[in-house]
This record gives sequence, structure tokens and C-alpha cells, in this order.
Amino acid sequence: MSSAPSSRELTPPPGGVLLEVRNIAKRFGEREVLKNLSLQIASGEFLTLLGESGSGKTTLLRLIAGFEQPTAGEIWMGGARLDSLPPYKRRVNTVFQQYALFPHLSVSDNVAYGLRVSGVRASEIPARVVAALGMVKMHEYAEARPSRLSGGQQQRVALARALVNRPQLLLLDEPLSALDANLRKQMQSELKSLQRELGITFLFVTHDQEEAMALSDRIALLRDGALEQVASPREIYSRPATSYTAQFIGQTNLLRADVREGIATSGNLRWPCSLQSGTVLFSLRPECIRMMNDNSLPTEVVRFRGRIQQQMFTGSVEQLEVDCSGKILRVRIPAHGVLNGEHEFGFDPMDAVPLSG
Amino acid sequence: MGFPMNAAITKPRSPLLAAFSLFVFAFLYLPIVVLVVYSFNQTGVGGFPPRHFTFHWYRQLFADGPIWDSVLNSLLVAFGAVVLSLTLGLLAALALDRANFPGKSLFRRLVLLPLVLPGIITGLSLLMFVNRIGTPLSLLTVFLGHGTALISVATTELFAGLQKMDRSQEEASLDLGATPLQTFWRITLPNLKLSLIASGLLIFTLSMDEIAVTFFLVGRENTLPLEIWARLRRGITPEINAISTFIFAVSVILILIWYRIRTRSIGKEAQELIERH
Amino acid sequence: MYSRAYKTIISAPPLLWVGLFLLLPYALMFAHSFWQVRDGLIVHEWNLQNYSKLFENPVYAEVLFRTARIAASVMVLSLILAYPLAYYMSFHSGARKDLLYQLVIIPLWVSYLVRGYAWKTILGSEGVLNGFLQFLHITKEPVSFFLYSPFAVILTLTHIYTPFVFLPLYASLEHIPRNLIEASHDLGASPRTTFFRIILPLSIPGLIAGATFAFVLTLGDFLGPMLVGGPSSIMIANIVQSLFGTAYDWPLGAAIAVCILVLTVTLLFFTERLEKRWAFR
Repeated sequence: MSSAPSSRELTPPPGGVLLEVRNIAKRFGEREVLKNLSLQIASGEFLTLLGESGSGKTTLLRLIAGFEQPTAGEIWMGGARLDSLPPYKRRVNTVFQQYALFPHLSVSDNVAYGLRVSGVRASEIPARVVAALGMVKMHEYAEARPSRLSGGQQQRVALARALVNRPQLLLLDEPLSALDANLRKQMQSELKSLQRELGITFLFVTHDQEEAMALSDRIALLRDGALEQVASPREIYSRPATSYTAQFIGQTNLLRADVREGIATSGNLRWPCSLQSGTVLFSLRPECIRMMNDNSLPTEVVRFRGRIQQQMFTGSVEQLEVDCSGKILRVRIPAHGVLNGEHEFGFDPMDAVPLSG
Repeated sequence: MGFPMNAAITKPRSPLLAAFSLFVFAFLYLPIVVLVVYSFNQTGVGGFPPRHFTFHWYRQLFADGPIWDSVLNSLLVAFGAVVLSLTLGLLAALALDRANFPGKSLFRRLVLLPLVLPGIITGLSLLMFVNRIGTPLSLLTVFLGHGTALISVATTELFAGLQKMDRSQEEASLDLGATPLQTFWRITLPNLKLSLIASGLLIFTLSMDEIAVTFFLVGRENTLPLEIWARLRRGITPEINAISTFIFAVSVILILIWYRIRTRSIGKEAQELIERH
Repeated sequence: MYSRAYKTIISAPPLLWVGLFLLLPYALMFAHSFWQVRDGLIVHEWNLQNYSKLFENPVYAEVLFRTARIAASVMVLSLILAYPLAYYMSFHSGARKDLLYQLVIIPLWVSYLVRGYAWKTILGSEGVLNGFLQFLHITKEPVSFFLYSPFAVILTLTHIYTPFVFLPLYASLEHIPRNLIEASHDLGASPRTTFFRIILPLSIPGLIAGATFAFVLTLGDFLGPMLVGGPSSIMIANIVQSLFGTAYDWPLGAAIAVCILVLTVTLLFFTERLEKRWAFR
């Protein structure tokens, strides 16, 4: 909390900037939902707003869509001011969480809606609708009513309805959260390839960090209305900026260590560290801790002995809880068979990532 | 995160729409306001502006024996109608909810018919009925008319209440050893408490105000609306304004209570709806 | 889950009551329409004379058409008043929605008689309206057509039935998920376009229900004309009422009542079908 990073994105994205959020704040009555948030979204990228419920991610999305007005700050898109436009004048389309398909219109009328109200020539519309439905593999259901479709099918129609308008930016508000696990995985894959194919900028909102990691070019992690970190999935995973990030994305061990004269000491663990002296919080991922055996291994590895307290087999991996002189560490190793008692473990000191909060 | 279905959208205000709505409200309330104002007017029911403020007409009202007799009659009929309609309405709602029998959809339509049919139809058909069986017109026939017409109100409200009820509560009760009767008494009825009170209030108010059906079934004893009607034939005096104001005040209080009760039971439902998202 | 005994106990009383006091009376009314009146007594000779009287004498058709016209006027005027109000309350009233709803239902439950009487005192030659106009020197003499005219009947009945029309309309507007409106805006439709393409179509079931209410109830209304109507605004139910009163001809009255009943039920049947067709959920 004390050294929370400012809600500013520290490095601009690669490529041209499409959308710029400048010092946005949003308050609902007494509650401050977004606090001085700034963010840039590159053209053609798949950016995910990740966070818990209440983190402000949906509010930010709605501000960009135009359903809410910022209390302070501005939003710019393509060099022009966006937040002063009503939603029906923005080149932004939304895929709603509950799909929001029009129940009194058929699937193809739903998809055609945006084209019709914008005055697209009537002769062009059928072809575009068919193409959009084909993109989401729903062309068979063109004349069906939404009430007859399953959740996954409705979701595809909602996607087609948004994409057919060729928006500059597509907003997706937790579109997969109502689907079951298998369908979800399938849709994730389809969304990703669709985005690649079309090159449209996607702004995706979710609370599921695995989903965010799988889909995004970059992840913007929100917490209590502020940006915790914005980076690519690999970057955010291997170099989390704060303990919150380290724990929200993936699992980790938090080690509070005293750094003195190049050595970090945390309980029974000591490893070389080139930081300045002081107390530092480190993040050490479970899969970075290996179980030592008699095979020759690099000597830079920091070793320690620990007693296995719990072992969970999850198919490809063992998840261990190891007691290292009072400190419980989570360790992840490839499938090994049942283990007992004390073992020797080790990790590369480079994997102990210092956190700034 | 879901989206509450009834959150008001903060859109650019439409002053034209607001003004029109104000006009409609004015239209709805104007006659009543006039009525109330002129009930305090010395010089009669018309003309403009009202001249002398007085309680005279209210004093006359309170001393008016026949009016209060008719109020008593109305009360008797209303209470009777409440008891009858609630009882039969509850049974009808239960039957619609739980039983299947031949002619069920016909039954449902019949029960709801008096709600949508003009009162004269219901009134006349019952008149012919009591005439055939030789019953003289009296408060009893009025009571019959009100009870029959207002069952539909009770049935509708109680049926909605039953549908909202969590069925597994009754199953749990039976599972724990209670008989159907005990279950009905201890579980079903308490769950319907709010619906019962709400419909009871509504039936009471409607019965007190009922005139179309009553018109054909009334005997020598008048109910309040019929008494007022009789007075109207004789001539208009502000005393009628006074009694109307009185009726208005009491109706408002009853309806506001009814509304509170109803939104209490719906309030819970809305909460669940929002939570589910 | 429910035993046969349970189901019988709950079904029997209401079934009996409905059969005895609804079905039977309707049947009796139906029967009466085929009987005759002779020398002040009802005679049970089955015949179709009442109905032929209705079809032959143009007076009845004339009054029926006038009644239908008045009913249609009341329906249209009520809709014109109720729809914008319901729309405003559902979409623009914010925190005051609850309060406004209560304000609308209050006139609904205040006695018909009270409201009709109020208009009587307002519209009369010596009534409040005329007094007001004269006070402002807009008119010098009382205007007489305010009262005891079709105008008065339509005005009064519109006043009475507007809340009736409001209720189902408001309910169906409230039922429209707000995210549909957002979706419509998101796809580029202005608020005006959204109203015509999304809100209006989805509010049609409520609109039909409310309009039917107003029309059907006005069709069978006899109190309005008695309170504020004149000889030129006699409606069909008044004829029935007088046939059961001073004009003593129950069978003829029953015949007309049966016609009203058949008309009403047919209307209700069709509007119910229409409502179902427009209900998308």
C-alpha cells in the first residue's frame, strides 16, 4: 500500500497507440471506483483488464464504451476526444456479459442492427451479415430467435453483431464467464485466432488470470481502481512488480528477507543478492524450486533441506508443501510418485524476484 | 459482474417528457384537489374562486346518521368479502398451483373473468341468479356479489406469492415428519403472509368503493357508494365533497400501506435477483 | 407430492363456488335472453325475439357503435397520457421512481364515484371550470357542453382508466433489460432510434393489455353516462340498466348483456393471442 505504483503505465506499448486513457477518475456517490488511471492501448493488440470484482475493470470498460461519464480525466481515440461522444457515435462496440441480444429480432436481424441504424446501404447488409455469422460459425442459425440458442451460441451471435460493424476497438465484458470449462477453452482459442485474423484491437475484461495469460498480448492488472502493473503475460509472470501481482497471477512464495552486504537472508534461506541493504520482499515461484538428487547440477543453486508436509498429484505435476524450518514453501515438480520425509531442494537466486510492495 | 435490470439510466434529461408527465399527474389529481378544496367552501360546489372556508359541511357529515349507517353496512360487507375472497382465493390459488383436473384452464379463466369484465355483467348475472332462487336483495346479496367478483383479486395475488415460494421448504417439512396439514399451517401460510395481507387490504378497499356490481344487488340497506349515489340524485351539496374527501383520505392511507407491504415481499425478490448476478 | 385428498380439498370449494356463482349465473343470463316478458312477468317461452329486436331496431346498433366510439376514444386518450408517463417513470425518474409509482396508483383505487362526482362539479354550468373561465373573463357565460355530453363522458372515463392503462404498460417497460438499451446505443442507434426499434416493440404486450382494459371496461360502463353524460351520450350498458330498472324487460336486457359479454370475451381472446405473439422472452 505504501509503495503502490502510481496508476500510470510505465512503458508505452509497441506499435501505434489507438486508445489513450488520461488520468481517469470515476466516483459513484461516495465510492471512488477509479483513481487517476492512465493507460495506452496499441492498435491491433489484445489487452486484458484483469482484476477482482470491485477493482474497477468493468467501470473502465463502460467508460470507454460510453455508458458512464468520467468524474475526471479524458479518453482519446485515434487522435480525437472520445469521452465527449455518446456511445452511439463511438467507433467502439461491446460484447456484453449477458450477451444482450434483442429477443424480438432474429439472429440475422440482431447482427444487421448496427448496420441498419447507421444507414449502411440495404444491398450491402445481407452479405456482411452472412460473413459475420460465418466468422463465428453461426450461419445455420440466421433465422433463429435468441431464446432458442444456448449460452455459447448466443455469445457467438453477440460477437458477430459487434464485429460486423468493423469497430476500431472491440470491448469484451467477461464474455466467457457464463460458459462451462470446456466450452470456455474452445471459445478462448477461437477468440484469439479471430483477433489475430481481423487485426482489430480487443479490450478484454476478466477476473480469471489464466484466461488473461492465455489470450493477451498485454495484461493490465487493476486493483482498487488503480493500475498495479501493465505488461505482457510472460513479463508479468516472471517479473511481478508487487506482492499483489505475484499472488494474483499464478502462485508464489513470498519471502521477506534482510539484505546485507550482498546476501539475502530469509529464515533458513540465504542467497546472493545484488540489491542495497534493507528489508526486501521476494517472490519465488513454486516451479522454480527443484528437488535435488545426486545428478550434477549448477553450483550456483541455493540449497536447503525441507520436510514434505503435503503432496497433491494433479496429473502432470506434484504440488508439495515443504516445511523449511518453520516456513512453509510451495514447490512444484514434475510427477514423481509418492514422497516422504526430508529432501534437499534448490533454486536459482535469479528466480527470487524482488517486489516493490 | 452483472447489471441490475432496473438501474435508471442517466441519460440527457428530456424536459419535454418531464413536463408532459407533470401534466398527466396534474390531470389525474386536479379533480380530487378541487373536490377537497370545495369541501371547505361555504358557498357550494361550483363557481370560482371558493369563498368562505368552513368546516360546516364536515360537521353536517358527522351528524348525518344515514351516511354512517351506510358506512357500517359497507364495512360489514367489506369484511365479509375479505374473509370469503381470501379463503376461496387461497384455495383457488393452491388448486391452480398444485392440482391438475379436467377443465382446469376453463376454471382459471372463469375465476379471472370478473376482473376484466365490466361490473354490469357480473352484477346482472348474479341478480338473475338470486332472483331465480328467490333470495330477496339485501346486504347478503351485495356480499355475495363482492365476494364473487373479488376472488379474482385474491387468486391472482396469492398465486403469484405461491409461485415465488421456495418449494423445497414444504418438502423439507414433510421430510422432517410434518403432515400436509401441519406443513400448510406452519410453512405455507407464513410464507404467504405478506400476499395475504396485501390482497386483504386491496379487497377491502375495492369492496368499500364498489358500485357497479352493487348497483344491481342492493336491497333496502345502502352501502356507502350507493348512499352517496342516492344523495346525488337529490342534489349536490358540499357535504358530498366532504364525504368524498374522507373516502379519498382513507383510501390513500390504505393503498400506501398496501404498497409498503407489497414492495417488502418484492424487495426480497429483487435482492436475490441482484445477488445472483 | 400432494395427495389426492389434499388436491380435492383445495380444488372443490373454489370450483363449487365458481360453478354456482359464476357459471350458473352466466348460464342463467344466457337463458333469460331467450325468454319473454308479458304483462309484467317473465315468461319462459324459448324464442329468438329479443335478438331479432336487437338486429332489426337500428337504435341498438347505433348506441353500440357510439359506445364503441367512446370506448375507442377513451382507449386512445388513455394511451396518449399513460405511455409517455410510463416511459418517463421507467427510464428517467431515477430515485423518485418509487414515489411517482405510488402517486399514480392512488387515483386508481380512489372510488370511481368520487372521481366521477368530482368531474361533475367541475364541468357543470355552475361548476368550477365555468367559474374559473368567467373569473378570468375568458368567457362571459357558462359553457354548457362541458357537462352532459359525450365530451364529459370521454373526459371522465379517460381520467378513470388512464391509471389502468398505465399499470401493465409500466410493468412491461420495467421488464426490458437495460443492457439491451446499452447494446442498441453501442451499435450506433440514437436514443430515438432505440425507442422505436427496441423499447416500443418490447412494450407492446403491456400496451395491448392496457388498451384492452380501457376499451372493454368503457364498453360496459353505465355509471359514467349517468353521472356526466346527457341524452346524446347514452351507452349500451345504460340501455341494459334501464331494462333491468324502470323499463322492465329482463329478457331483452339479458340479450344485450349477452352480446356485450360475447363481444368482450371475443376481444379478450384475440388480444390475448396478440399479446402472446408479441411477448419475447
